[in-house]
Amino acid sequence: MTVIPTPAPPGTSTVLALRGISKRFGAVQALKNIELDVRAGEVLALVGDNGAGKSTLVKTIAGVYTADDGTMVFDGKEVRVGSPAEAQQLGIATVFQDLALCDNLDVVANLYLGRELRRGRVLDEIEMERSSWELLRQLSAKIPSVRIPVASLSGGQRQTVAIARSLLGDPKVVMLDEPTAALGVAQTAEVLNLVERLRERGLAVILISHNMADVMAVADRVAVLRLGRNNGVFQVSETKSQDIIAAITGATDNAVSERAARRTREEGSAS
Amino acid sequence: MTVHGSEARPQDSTGNGNGNGDGGVTTADQLPADLQDERLIASRGVSGAISAFTSRLRSGDLGSVPVVIGLIIIWAVFQIANGSFLSSRNLVNLTLQTTSIGVIALGIVLVLLLGEIDLSVGSVSGLAAAVLGVTFVNQGWPLVISLIIAVVLGLVIGLFYGALFTRFGVPSFVITLAGLLGFLGLQLLVLGKEGTLNFPFDSALVGFAARSFLSPALSYGLIAVVIVAYVLTRLRARGARLAAGLSAAPHSMIAIKAVALAAVLAIPAIVLNGDRGVSSMFLLFLALVVVTDFAIRRTRWGRSVVAVGGNVEGARRAGINVRMIYLSVFAACSTFAAVGGILAAARLVAVGQSSGGTDTNLNAIAAAVIGGTSLFGGRGSAYSALLGAFVIMSIQNGLALLSLDSSVRYVVTAGVLLIAVTIDSLSRRSRQAHGRA
Repeated sequence: MTVIPTPAPPGTSTVLALRGISKRFGAVQALKNIELDVRAGEVLALVGDNGAGKSTLVKTIAGVYTADDGTMVFDGKEVRVGSPAEAQQLGIATVFQDLALCDNLDVVANLYLGRELRRGRVLDEIEMERSSWELLRQLSAKIPSVRIPVASLSGGQRQTVAIARSLLGDPKVVMLDEPTAALGVAQTAEVLNLVERLRERGLAVILISHNMADVMAVADRVAVLRLGRNNGVFQVSETKSQDIIAAITGATDNAVSERAARRTREEGSAS
Repeated sequence: MTVHGSEARPQDSTGNGNGNGDGGVTTADQLPADLQDERLIASRGVSGAISAFTSRLRSGDLGSVPVVIGLIIIWAVFQIANGSFLSSRNLVNLTLQTTSIGVIALGIVLVLLLGEIDLSVGSVSGLAAAVLGVTFVNQGWPLVISLIIAVVLGLVIGLFYGALFTRFGVPSFVITLAGLLGFLGLQLLVLGKEGTLNFPFDSALVGFAARSFLSPALSYGLIAVVIVAYVLTRLRARGARLAAGLSAAPHSMIAIKAVALAAVLAIPAIVLNGDRGVSSMFLLFLALVVVTDFAIRRTRWGRSVVAVGGNVEGARRAGINVRMIYLSVFAACSTFAAVGGILAAARLVAVGQSSGGTDTNLNAIAAAVIGGTSLFGGRGSAYSALLGAFVIMSIQNGLALLSLDSSVRYVVTAGVLLIAVTIDSLSRRSRQAHGRA
């Protein structure tokens, strides 16, 4: 059996498009008219300050919340995602921040939890172990043994297991919620490598992160949310991280900073 | 075979983050897929298995080692105090006494795997026995019908607990505490004024529990079948693992394990055959242990139970029907309790108001915990019911042989339980420190 979906040709075909997504919680407008395009073979970073609506947007896409307004287009068809299971069936896999791994089970058991391979009624441990290795090798994941409890893995390895697990369902879109939070330098690099692997496979990756260095390192485009609204989409190759930070903090909103920016631009062109 | 040296280990070709380079594949092919990582401490062959085992023990993953050691100590002490403790005759009695508590403890193991508890197993076992007694003895219904009714009653009680737990989120501690009182009351009500019902001596049930023993030839034949089946499944698994490019236990390892298994089965059988032999009731218990162990380790249901015990939220997100798991486990626990109650009544040839009293309850829970099933969920084995029940009943049996009264028995059992729970807590802390929690 093949563990990995056959890589779609990396291009610019839009897999997932959000049109005018809005979500309210009581008197709070958490999301307002969000527009977002996610393309195959592309890493889209979703950034924003605390309370900008990143988590709400992720949960809306993942089916945890349903949007009050707006439409979601997946693979050219308009879809309504009513539950996390429906999102997974469509091909939207989400790795939440808490990973939701079972510490007492080993790596194989965690990878196949809820979709164990069986021979008759009995678990097919050998086939599961074999394809676990195959999957982890394809991802260049550094897991020393798949027969040790997940509790004994490092943070980066646990993140790797969680991401690898999300791939078993043949997704088209993978959402990673703060995958590098609380990781060390080497482990962060390991996870970012993994994100590269996902892009190489032609998956659309949505990366939620607070860390600008990570975003600049792996993302192709950066979508900024501010106070529940779109605040610009940037091509990483043509943007400085200061501009993105300005968009996150809203420095561009304000008249003083705009004037200051204009002045520096004029001075720059004059000299 | 000796320990595989690290100099013979190829560099992990995947380390450069660029996928398998051409150079990496050829060297990696020499090792099974699961042994390629350079950080793995190689442990192959017999000596490797021993060193892996000791390192597991040191990190706090004790399994059933403490209970086996405890059992040896207890048996040695009683044998010194009274030379007839390890006699064939007494050990046959011990197997008979162990069965009902052991069957009830099997259910407790399942509930503890989820990190829940069932305090009412004693009452449920007593109620099932009472229902059996009233329908079979007083009403004169056919034995099979009465048995089915008693067992189904246990199942229904478990489903009721499960429904309360999953629908309303009432803690299992409280639900089953209510069950402890409620079903005890129901048991007294069912038994009515007489209080005690005696089963007819010539009934099939009493015959099965008290007089049915395997002939020596049959017992050795069964052991031979088990050994052959074990070796065949091991060899088949080895072949399949090698075919899948994974490491597999060498033939010497399989042979050693088969011999050890043969000794563990044959020596007790020889001793028991010195008297009446292996009782059918005890064999039934062993079969239930093996089936439960298989269900826990090798089926999707068992994997889900362990997962829910480890991380409920994780299990739910993985698509496991958590509600179903809770429901089925509570149902299984109460069913085992009902079966245990029936076996106890059959052995004692009577059911009374004290059947399944507080003793039964706490003995069964203590047996599961002493056997090595963690109170914290997600960790345990069906065999802990067998080993733990042996510890509890050995203490009871040994103290009775010494004609010490129940005051001593309670204190000693309490001490052993306390030691077992302390070991559980300490090993849990150690596992966390060693990253095996």
